[in-house]
Parts: sequence; C-alpha cells; structure tokens
Amino acid sequence: MAERRSPAAAFAGRFAAASEGGALRLAELPFRTQLNLRVDPASPAARDLGDALGAPLPVEPCTAVTAGDVTVAWLGPDEWLVIAPPGHRPELLSKALGDRHGSVVDVSAQRTTLLVGGPRARDLLAHGCALDLHPSVFGPGRCAQTTLARAQVVLLPQADGVHVLVRSSFAAYLAEWLLDAATEYLR
Amino acid sequence: MRRASGGRIDRSRTLRFTFDGHEYTGHPGDTLASALLAAGVRRVATSVKLGRPRGVFSAGSEEPSAVVQIEAPFPEPMLPATTVELYDGLAASSLPGRGRLAAEPDPARYDAVHAHCDVLVVGAGPAGLAAARAAAAGGARVILADERPEPGGSLLGTGESVDGLPGAAWAAATVAELAELPDVTVLPRTTVFGYYDDNYLIAVERRTNHLGAAAPAHVSRERVWRIRARRVVLATGAHERPIAFAGNDLPGVMLAGAARAYAHRYGVLPGRRAVVFTAHDSAYAAALDLAEAGVEVAAVVDVRGGTRDAGGARPAPGAEWAARARARGIELLAGHVVTGAHGDGEVSSVTVAARDDVPGERPAGAGGRSFEADLLLVSGGWNPVVHLFSQSGGTLRHDDALGTLVPDASRQAVEVAGAARGVLTLAGCLADGTGAGARATSGAAARVPEAAAEPEPAGEPYWVVPAADHSAHFVDLQRDVTVADLRRAVGAGLRSVEHVKRYTTAGTAHDQGKTSGLLASAVVAEALGVPVAELGVTTFRAPYLPVAFATLAGRDRGALHDPVRVTALHEWHVAAGALFENVGQWKRPWYYPRPGEDMEAAVLRECRAAREGVAAMDASTLGKIDVVGADAGEFLDRLYTNLMSTLKVGAVRYGVMCRPDGMVFDDGTVVRLADDHFLVTTTTGNAAAVLDWMEEWLQTEWPSLRVHCTSVTEQWATVALVGPRSREVLAGLAPGLAVGADDFPFMTWREAEVAGIPARVCRISFSGELAYEINVTSWDGLRLWTSIMDLGVVTPYGTETMHVLRAEKGYPIVGQDIDGTVTPQDLGMAWVVSKKKPDFVGKRSHARADTARPDRKQLVGLLPEDPGLLLPEGAHLVAADVLPEPPVPMLGHVTSSYRSAALGRTFALALVKGGHGRIGERLYAPVGGTLAPVTVTSHVLYDPEGARRDG
Amino acid sequence: MLLIPCPWCGPREEAEFHYGGQAHVAYPDDPAALSDEEWARYLFFRDNPKGVFAERWSHSAGCRRWFNALRDTATNEIHAVYRVGEPRPVTS
Repeated sequence: MAERRSPAAAFAGRFAAASEGGALRLAELPFRTQLNLRVDPASPAARDLGDALGAPLPVEPCTAVTAGDVTVAWLGPDEWLVIAPPGHRPELLSKALGDRHGSVVDVSAQRTTLLVGGPRARDLLAHGCALDLHPSVFGPGRCAQTTLARAQVVLLPQADGVHVLVRSSFAAYLAEWLLDAATEYLR
Repeated sequence: MRRASGGRIDRSRTLRFTFDGHEYTGHPGDTLASALLAAGVRRVATSVKLGRPRGVFSAGSEEPSAVVQIEAPFPEPMLPATTVELYDGLAASSLPGRGRLAAEPDPARYDAVHAHCDVLVVGAGPAGLAAARAAAAGGARVILADERPEPGGSLLGTGESVDGLPGAAWAAATVAELAELPDVTVLPRTTVFGYYDDNYLIAVERRTNHLGAAAPAHVSRERVWRIRARRVVLATGAHERPIAFAGNDLPGVMLAGAARAYAHRYGVLPGRRAVVFTAHDSAYAAALDLAEAGVEVAAVVDVRGGTRDAGGARPAPGAEWAARARARGIELLAGHVVTGAHGDGEVSSVTVAARDDVPGERPAGAGGRSFEADLLLVSGGWNPVVHLFSQSGGTLRHDDALGTLVPDASRQAVEVAGAARGVLTLAGCLADGTGAGARATSGAAARVPEAAAEPEPAGEPYWVVPAADHSAHFVDLQRDVTVADLRRAVGAGLRSVEHVKRYTTAGTAHDQGKTSGLLASAVVAEALGVPVAELGVTTFRAPYLPVAFATLAGRDRGALHDPVRVTALHEWHVAAGALFENVGQWKRPWYYPRPGEDMEAAVLRECRAAREGVAAMDASTLGKIDVVGADAGEFLDRLYTNLMSTLKVGAVRYGVMCRPDGMVFDDGTVVRLADDHFLVTTTTGNAAAVLDWMEEWLQTEWPSLRVHCTSVTEQWATVALVGPRSREVLAGLAPGLAVGADDFPFMTWREAEVAGIPARVCRISFSGELAYEINVTSWDGLRLWTSIMDLGVVTPYGTETMHVLRAEKGYPIVGQDIDGTVTPQDLGMAWVVSKKKPDFVGKRSHARADTARPDRKQLVGLLPEDPGLLLPEGAHLVAADVLPEPPVPMLGHVTSSYRSAALGRTFALALVKGGHGRIGERLYAPVGGTLAPVTVTSHVLYDPEGARRDG
Repeated sequence: MLLIPCPWCGPREEAEFHYGGQAHVAYPDDPAALSDEEWARYLFFRDNPKGVFAERWSHSAGCRRWFNALRDTATNEIHAVYRVGEPRPVTS
C-alpha cells in the first residue's frame, strides 16, 4: 500500500538541488497540522481557546504568536490558523470551544507549507509578492495573507525562513514558480 | 571624429560592430550614436514618409530621429542609436521608419520585482544625486533610478565641477557612497516609465542588453520594477527644444546640448565647422566648449537682440555669455535667424538672415549670409521633463519667462527638483535637490554640494523661422510632420492639440514627441491665434519610453502564465496517459484513451463501463465548504432555493442557489454532518465564488446569524465510484460498511474505513447509476485511488464521460447549460424551489413579469433525426426548414451535445424559447450549410423513472 | 494599482480586493411586499456619481472581510474606509 503523499512531494529533489548553493533554502514542510479557528475574540470561548493553546489568540491584524510548537496566525478579526507539528490532534481545541459559537475545522491537508529560506529568500519572494518584505516591516511575529505570483498564500516569517502556506492544488504551480524565480540566485 | 583624449570611454579596449554591413570600431562607454559619429557616419536613418536622410539629433532617450534596427545578437526593432550601448559584435542597420520583429522566439529571460521605499528619486543628475544623498543621510530607504549606465546626468555632458571634483567623478563617488548603505538601492540603466495612483511607479531596468552575446542566460535581460514609494522626487531634467526652419531635419543639425555632450562624454566631435542657432543662453556654453574641443564655430546666430521692430522690444543675449563668445573670437549675430540648412544628404551650408528681414512672405534667405558648415547646433531653450509628474495627476503651469510648461501641483506625495522644474544652473539644481531630499525624509537640513556660480541662463520663446514655404520646417522628425502639415490641420478646422496629433500623427512615434511636443503646440497656437499656455499640450501617457512586450510579460508566460491546479491524484492520471481538460484553472482528466482508441471510442467505452459495470472518476475539484454554527440551517435556507434546515443528520440533499435576480448561480449537494455542521459542495469553477457569496451575506446582511464558513476544497480528495457493480467494489474495500440498499440508502452518507483509510462515503449520483462518492484527506487520495485501480475491475473515466452520463439524465451544468439567464423553472426544476419558505435569495425575482414569461428559454432535449449527427454546441435552432430572409427568428441554441452509448445515438440539450411546450416539435439546426431536423424531447433521456440508482 | 487601506490589514494592492458596488443598499426587509418596480430598483439601479462615492470592497485575497470605502471616482482618492455596520464617516 502506497504511503500518504504531500502536494509538493515530487519537488523534493529539485528543492534540495536549489538549496545547495547556499543562497536559498527551499523545502516542503509536509503534513503539518493546521486548524482553522473561528470565534468571537471578545468571547469567553476565545479566552478558553487561548488557554488551551498556551497563548492568547492574537488580535492585532497580521500577527502570529508561538507557544511551544504551536503557532497561531491571525487570518481575520474572528479567524485564526493554528499550526502545529504533524500528528497534532484537533480534539483539544474542539473541547475547549465546546458547544459555544465558533468553529474548529481541520484544514491540515488544505494547504501545504513551502519553506523559502536563505539569504536571498526575501529577494526571491519579491519577484511575486507585492508586500513590503523588509525585515523591519515583516519579521518574525508577523503574518500575511496575500498573493505570491498568482496563488493566494499565507506568509509566516520564521527563524528558518519564510513559511509559505499554499493551497494544495496550487502547490506544484508555486513550486515551479519558486524554482524559476530562483534561477538567478543559484549560481 | 574622435578627439585625441577625453570622454567617459575606455580607450584601452576596442569594440567591433557593424552598421549597414560596414565594419566600425568604438570603445566601452560609447553608444551606437557616438561611435557612428566618431566614425564620421552621419546618415543613420531614412524618414518614413518622405524618404529623407536623417542623422543623430540628440544624445539621449529623447532622440526623435536616429532610430535603428539591431540585427545581432538578437533582432530588435526601433531603438534610438543614442541609447544603444556599444558592445562587441553589435550589428545594426538603418531604418526607413519601421522596424522588423524577430521571427524566432526571444531566448532571453525577463522578470519583475516589487520594491518599497521611503523615497524614490528618479534621475541621477545633479538634482537627483543631491536629493538621494540628503534622503539617505536621514536614514530613509531610498531607491535611485537613472536611465543611463553612468550616474551624473547633465554632469556627464558638461565640464562642470562639484565639491571640487569633475562632475562625473563627483557623481560616481556619491553613488558609490550611497550604494554602501544597506537600505539604498541604486538602479542604473533603469527608466521609470509609468507613474500611477498611490505613488506606484513602474520602471524597466536594462540589465544585460549592453553585454550583447556575452549576456549570461540565467540573468534576466530586462527587469520590471514595481515600486511603491512613500514619497517621490522627480529629478528628470530637461529636454532641449528645437526651432523649426527649412531643412532642419538634415543630418548635421543637432541640439546644442547634445553636441556638447558628445564632446565631453564620448570624446567625439560631431562636426568640424559649426553654426550655433539659439534663442537661449545655454547654447553659448555649448559653443564655447566645442570651440575649446576643436570645432570651428563660424557664428552664433541668436534670435535675440539686434535691430528692434518698430515699437517692439526683444530681449538681448545674456551679456556675460555674449562677452565670453566674443572673447573666444566667435562671431555673434544677434537678432538673426537661420533661414535654411542646405546640403546633399547632410548639412554643408547654413543661410542666415537678420530677423527683421524675414517677415513672413519674404523668400527665405533674402539678403542674408551663407556659412560653410557641417554642423548646425540648435537651441530653443529647455523643456522640463514633466511626463512622470503629469502622469502622477499633477497639473502643469505655463512659465512665461521659460516659455515652457513646468510642474504645478499634484495630489500625490511627489516633489520635482532641478531642471525638471526649470532650474537651469548647476548650483541651483544641487540646492534644489538637497532640499527636496531632506523634505522627503527627516526634514533636517543637509549640506548642499558646492558648484561654481554661473549666471542664470535665459532665453526667448521662439519656435518657427518664418518663410514662404514651411513644408521643410520639420516638427516631428520621426513622423515627417512639418509646420505646413500642422497649419493645414488647423485650416481643416481642428482646434485641439489632441485632434491635431491624431490628424497629423505628430507626437505619435516611438519618442511620443519628447522634443517636438511643445513646438507642435506652439505652431498650432500661433495658427489659432491663441497663447500656447491656453492651448496646452497633449496628454503625457505611460510608458515614458517604449517597453518591449517581452519585458512586460516577464515570467508570466508559458506554463507560468496562469496557475495550473491539480488534484492529489494528478500524477496517476498523467502516468495513465489521460488527456486533460481545463476547467477554470484546474487540469481534469478528460478521458483515458487505450492504445489505438480515439476520443469517441474511449468515451463510449468509459460510458459503458459506468452504466454496465463499475467506473471511477476523480471528483476532487468540486468546491467544499464547511458551514458550522447554530444558525447554519437557517443560513442555508436563505441561500438555497429549497429547504436545508429539515435535512436529517446523516442525509444529503441536492440544492440550487440563485442570485437576487432569480437566475441560477450554482448547484451542488449539502451534507448534514451534525445538527450545527453542514458540508456544502459547489461546482468546480464556482468554489471561491460561492464561499465569497456566503461571506458577503453573513458579513453584510446577516451578521447576527451564528454561522462560520471555511473552505475545505483541498482538504478532501473525492473519488466517484459509479455503476451497477460499484456496491460490490465498495463492499470489498470497506468490509466494515453495511452497503445494502436499505442499510445505506440513496442520499445518505456514512463514515467508514475504505482501503484502510478513514473516509466519508456519500451515496449520491451524478449519472443516474448506483454510485458513491468517497472522501479521504487529500494526503490519502492517491492511496485510495490506487487501491481502487489495483482491483483491476474499475474503469477510470474523465470529464467527457461524466458529461455524457449527466446529460443523458438531463442534469444541467452551471456555466454550460446555465449561463446566468436561466431560472430553476427554466431548467424544469421547479421542484427544487421551495413554496414554503417566506423568502430566499432570488425568490422575489421568480415572481417578476419577465421571469414568468411563457416564452423564456427553457431546457429541453434534442434528438437529431439523423442519429449519427452530432450537433455542434452553440448551434442555433430555428422553426422553419427553409431559412427566411434575415433577420431569422432564433428559437434557442444547443448547450450540450454528445454521442450516447446508452441511447445508441447522438443527443443534445438546448435552451429553447417556450421549450417545455414544444416537446415533440420538429426544429431545425443550421449545420454546415444545411438545416438539420431535430425533435424536441424532455431533457431527461435516460432512465426517466430513476430505476437505476439502487443498482 | 490603487493601494487600498483594508480596515484590518492596512494598505494592500488593489489586486487583493474585489469590488462590491455601491454601499448602503440593504437587502429589503420583505421583498414580497415590494412592487416589481421597487424590487427592480433594488436589483438593477445604482448611483454613478463623479466625486465621492460610498462603495463596498472585500479584501478577498487577504482577511476576506467586506468593508466600505469613500472613494473619489474622479481622482481615485480614498478618503475613508469603515467597517460593515459603522456609519458613513463625514468628510469635507
């Protein structure tokens, strides 16, 4: 029986080759747990969810908080993306929400994560992202939903580079785009 | 002719190039124009309409005349020779106006980047450098863009010094200092060509063009910069303007500042003996510099001064400049004009007359003098380069003293500095730029670089030398438009410069009238008897310079032109040899031909498998939305035409959504997972639109509903398992699942392990056959699919078969049979429209007179009388077997058309006026020159009783 | 390319947004009570002024929130943005 397969699995070799020069690090970070969380930030339920996660839900737009190995990214005034290592179970949050108004939806396979790291990472992304990616503006603790090339993405600057969360059906397109845009940085 | 020394060229290296097949040499730092002038080549083009010889007129991107074709290393049409940097192996040829595109694809790479800055400085002349320096000193993020390979702007073309350094050296040192700063980006060879809303500017950087065949393939040849700037400083300089006189297009006639630049920047003398014709003091500096460099200056002909008209006052040439010219031994003819440039293919003599001797109708040159000269330098003064400022939404003001348009006000955060706003001395430009740069950032005062004080040059607006005949007084050199042409346009009744432009084509060439625009306005204004200030100029539109389509396309071409979306099963489909159909951005398997099969055979086989055996399709592209909350049922009741709140947990219902206008917007199934949890599916193409639709109603109209919607389209991979044998296949894969018709009835769903994978199985059908949709996470999609295929009994089928199967059952497809003008009732689906609900989106419109018309187009089936005739989709339908005289009344059109294995014939779906009342009627479809008879039937052609869905 | 200030995410490129037409055109409380003409007016009639216009935008490629903007249709200047449910700000 074949194993489960991540959306950019076919690019592992080319990502590794592109990372050899040191200017860039490209990789897929597959199978991470992702939960879409909707709740009124002013509600007791939001507080209980924050307690369950170990950090209050970030209410400042376009920011993310990390507690342990869980990152919570602001997606909207009542919407967050909870990102955790592979295998993390969503029941904890569902339990914290209980039957109160809100939703916890498992979207782990909805998007995959492409790591764009290395000294030229921001230059590479600037080929297709209209946001100001300068480290003074878009450093760790920030997040953004925007477009990269022609795909909608969530960008999360992290210690190892920018995590690009992309819809699974767009992953191959975006992987091809990243590799193409990297052309100039590989020599 | 090349000077023995001087110029910003590297004389230690020689570059070889050809022009019109002849071999020449030049040096790094040359342009094609400077190298040709150095080689004594003066005729570089032929005019488009009149076939007249044309030479180099300017030294920059404003060049109206010397437009050439690059032949090698890669063909490129219509480049000004004044901007083509020389490289070894360059091959160019002169052009008769129009260039030739390459026949082969351009192998070079073009790309784009986004950039952000506090201050964008456009132009690295004295004002721009001073501005960038001041802004960077305040710690700002600065981008400095300049169109030339080397910074300095006018400093490169004059001998002036700054801070005790030769101008070019000061510019290089300043840029080197700036480039050291982490947040300063210096972009040479970069032309900002568009200025849009909210300080969004677009530039093109020419990165490897100047390397010729040595350009590395992995580096983009040109790059588009998309710059968002908090503030913009435009230090775009000024263009010298010409004066119109007879023969002013001959090679050897050149702008005065350009000749000065050739001498200083390239060490090239564009002639041996010159006459300078000017209305402005700045030409004196050119005359003096050229004389110093070895050109014999026969005379300076200045329209100013000299004899005065009776009662009229004329300004005189600047006293200081006149004195310097005389001191250099140059004859000064004040109050004189050039009446003609003469020569066979290039200037060999110049006729001059006192200004008062050429009142209108007198023959040109009467009573004047003639000078032997091979160079005629012209200056009518300077026009600030206001293009970008104007594009920013800025207004322009006519400055009577300068005789030109200068920037006035813009609502954007932009400031203009230096010659671009009419400041014409070096010291003035340095001070102006410094102030602008400082104001753009901290506001703190910055030190102004020092330059020698020079008298402020002045001039008299002067446009046309009067003559009896103005048909050789050229205004637009590229378009061959003369003063006579413009006057004729006014004579024809045109009153607006925009109309004159379109009538005469003046200003429509590659240069968009950079040097000639204001001159054209002045000629028209004079003909109309109004001031230029009142008439204005034509609109300054982007792009400032021609930009190649390849550059604008960048990497957004070929496979990267539009995203290709694929499912988790895509690799399997490719390996299985599927052909693909584009559905929106998705690639969906169309059909899976076996060796030797054509499409028809493959689809008939796939259809038979689904109707008689078991077949499977990748249905993962369907949109999926989790709808969660206490009011989820109420919410769906408001959006769907039918009731969803009554759906039982464990059950599935088909539903239709309408727009408020009552027209069908989307359809799909709704699965009730829990009391407060629904899973809605949408059509493949409308997944995003339906989610947006739901959010729009929730956020803007019904914020009190306790509902949340989340897209899960790609969370799930979906396999449709179809056919009378699908139950036994599912039973084998899911031993824990009770699959009997009573245990697992139609329109219900079950959780189960299928092939060892946790799955949600829905018993729904889009074919009329017994069928299941198996959903697993997209990570497991390929595992599930291969498990099914490895059984060896299930036929994979694609979208074409899906379409045939659904059409046989009369199921319409949104976007194919449904085009935004169709109600559920038109589709014969009144049953899906609730009569009980007080309201749902679209309900009120179903009671409008128009939606209740009996002659609306309605969905019907069509059977061609020839059972082998496949009607083309889109074919019209008419009532008569003979076409009447046009206009022919159209009854409708074919929306879907297929060959049916189950029916053993072709069939079609169509939207037909009053179609539901026409069942049994014969209509005609014009096909291939004949009228094919067809019979109207119910849209449900296969198994109308629904007997097959339980297997 | 406008830079549109999303009330949540701040200034973003116009390409991230969907346009939603005139703002403050509420869905009628009881469509069934309206005459055909009144209903048609809701469906099909919108203002098209030269000057400041209250209009709806959705930050569709970002936070997916709908909001209102006061935009000058002649100059593209956005004078104010405000969230759904907030009153139209007074501008000079």
